[in-house]
Amino acid sequence: MLRNSPPGTADIGALERKATQLRRHMLTMARGQGQGYIGQGLGIADTLAALYFHELRYDPHNLAWPDRDRFLLSTGHYSIALWAALAEAGILPVEELVTYGADNSRLEMSTLDTTPGVEMIGGSLGHGLGQGVGQALGLRVDKSDARVFVELSDGEMQEGSTWEAAMSASHFKLDGLVALIDCNGIQADGPVVLDMEPVSDKWRAFGWQTSEIDGNDMTAIVGALAAARNRNGKPKAIVLRTLPGKGVPRIETSEKSHFFRIDVALWDGIIAEFEKTVGAAQ
Amino acid sequence: MSSLATEAGRTLAMGQDEAVGGGRQSVEAPFGKSLARLGQSRPDIVGLTADLGKYTDILPFRDAFPDRFFNVGMAEQNLVAVAAGMARTGKMPFATTYGVFATRRAYDFVAIALAHSNLNVKIVAGLPGLTTGYGGTHQAIEDLALMRMIPGLTIIDPCDATEIEAATEAIAEHRGPVYMRLLRGSVPVVFEPGYRFEIGKARRLREGSDIGIISTGFMTERALDSADALRKQGISTGVLHVPTIKPFDAKAVAEFANSVGRIVTAENHVVVGGLASLVVEALFDAGIAKTVTRIGLPDHYIECGAVPTLQAKYGLTTEAVIATIVALS
Repeated sequence: MLRNSPPGTADIGALERKATQLRRHMLTMARGQGQGYIGQGLGIADTLAALYFHELRYDPHNLAWPDRDRFLLSTGHYSIALWAALAEAGILPVEELVTYGADNSRLEMSTLDTTPGVEMIGGSLGHGLGQGVGQALGLRVDKSDARVFVELSDGEMQEGSTWEAAMSASHFKLDGLVALIDCNGIQADGPVVLDMEPVSDKWRAFGWQTSEIDGNDMTAIVGALAAARNRNGKPKAIVLRTLPGKGVPRIETSEKSHFFRIDVALWDGIIAEFEKTVGAAQ
Repeated sequence: MSSLATEAGRTLAMGQDEAVGGGRQSVEAPFGKSLARLGQSRPDIVGLTADLGKYTDILPFRDAFPDRFFNVGMAEQNLVAVAAGMARTGKMPFATTYGVFATRRAYDFVAIALAHSNLNVKIVAGLPGLTTGYGGTHQAIEDLALMRMIPGLTIIDPCDATEIEAATEAIAEHRGPVYMRLLRGSVPVVFEPGYRFEIGKARRLREGSDIGIISTGFMTERALDSADALRKQGISTGVLHVPTIKPFDAKAVAEFANSVGRIVTAENHVVVGGLASLVVEALFDAGIAKTVTRIGLPDHYIECGAVPTLQAKYGLTTEAVIATIVALS
């Protein structure tokens, strides 16, 4: 059964509830090992909800369908968010989520492509966009109208290969390629260590149709994705300004940490705080 | 085996700068012509290059299939990444660049984007070992060593035009990532047209009992000529050609080693990490205690100069191989 083919009218409230559900899954997952890349996952949750439940054309029961839209998670360590989305989409069993990061689990802390629904091995940063270019080129050779969405991060823009790929995408006029650039302001050593601004101007200069939005505003995300559907000869870049830890005040306001590790017992308090925030918002 | 081939269309080798042999017939651009032929029956084949199409003999494919050819510019990481992405949509990319760039520059992409997922991409790499006088920036003297560390990668070092044609067909039939060294331009014909190439198989080309030369790439041409000359001097010399570096035919190497007095390896590559190391490992594993003399490049960067001068200086010519073996006897 095809999903989002074509995308219908967006139900923003429903998509926001999906994002909340993804966050709920992620908190449960991180609790299992007491650690994980929860900040990044919570930050990108809204984008993944908009993709899997509104924009991305796919069949959860036929993952190899050649004309599916692809979603490539270049930042493999955001896997916690991808597993949550794939479970909610019916591709992975929800019960399996608690195995995140455990020995013998296929829900790795950094994605391998052996897990269903994963389109590339993420984690060696700077790999995703070029592979997205290749997939988009291959789809063009096949005369398929399928699109390719690649998530990458602000820190990842420091990898030269990202710009090699950016150049080639506009050269080949890959207008079905959409880069989702998660600018959450953190990388391994802390706050982004090289000033990447002005981000949007860089992508425009490389020939991309570029928009910049609040990456935690569902209306803005859905609007930017809709604006990226036109096949005008230009690849599309959506610069997402996201808040790491979004939805959990204690993580939002913590030291901006690349990797989050706290005592398992404290996770119950964090989850309670999250549910309280969700309750207040509804 | 080293007699001249007479197939129509093969011309006598001209003494061009990068010719790797003299006095034999040759074929122009055997890789590119083979690929263009294969493209007719294999619509999944696409060609990729990183601004070295002209210099990696892939233009016959581009001319035959312009819609299936993509030049990504001087960007070897992206070359491999794009190839990986295309493979995931069911294409079989042949991606060309120089060996130095495919290895040193794009290594993480070859390892993670290609090999880790066993993607069906063929990297065809020009200027292997000492086939250019441009110095260390262009001479891929350690590519075999670097690439053999990558799990699941098939590695081929062909000897001549006949083998390049056969290997191009064989790697297209093989499903998985491949790194093949390219001999470009006017490539000598050493093997007869009927020569059979099989991935993972070594071929015993000469029988001999005193010395056994184990060689790969164009050094097999030197090995054959050396064996013929040495026989006349009363030194019985066998030759085992090992065109596949990985998977390595350790069984054939061990059997060959048992049939000769002492072993000489010959490779267009540094003598650490490549064929010599593989042979020594194979002999050790098989419990064969024999002295191995390693012919190949030293463990340092090579200077600029004319290729024939450099090959003579570093012992890669037939004369040098003969001298090395005579000195052993």
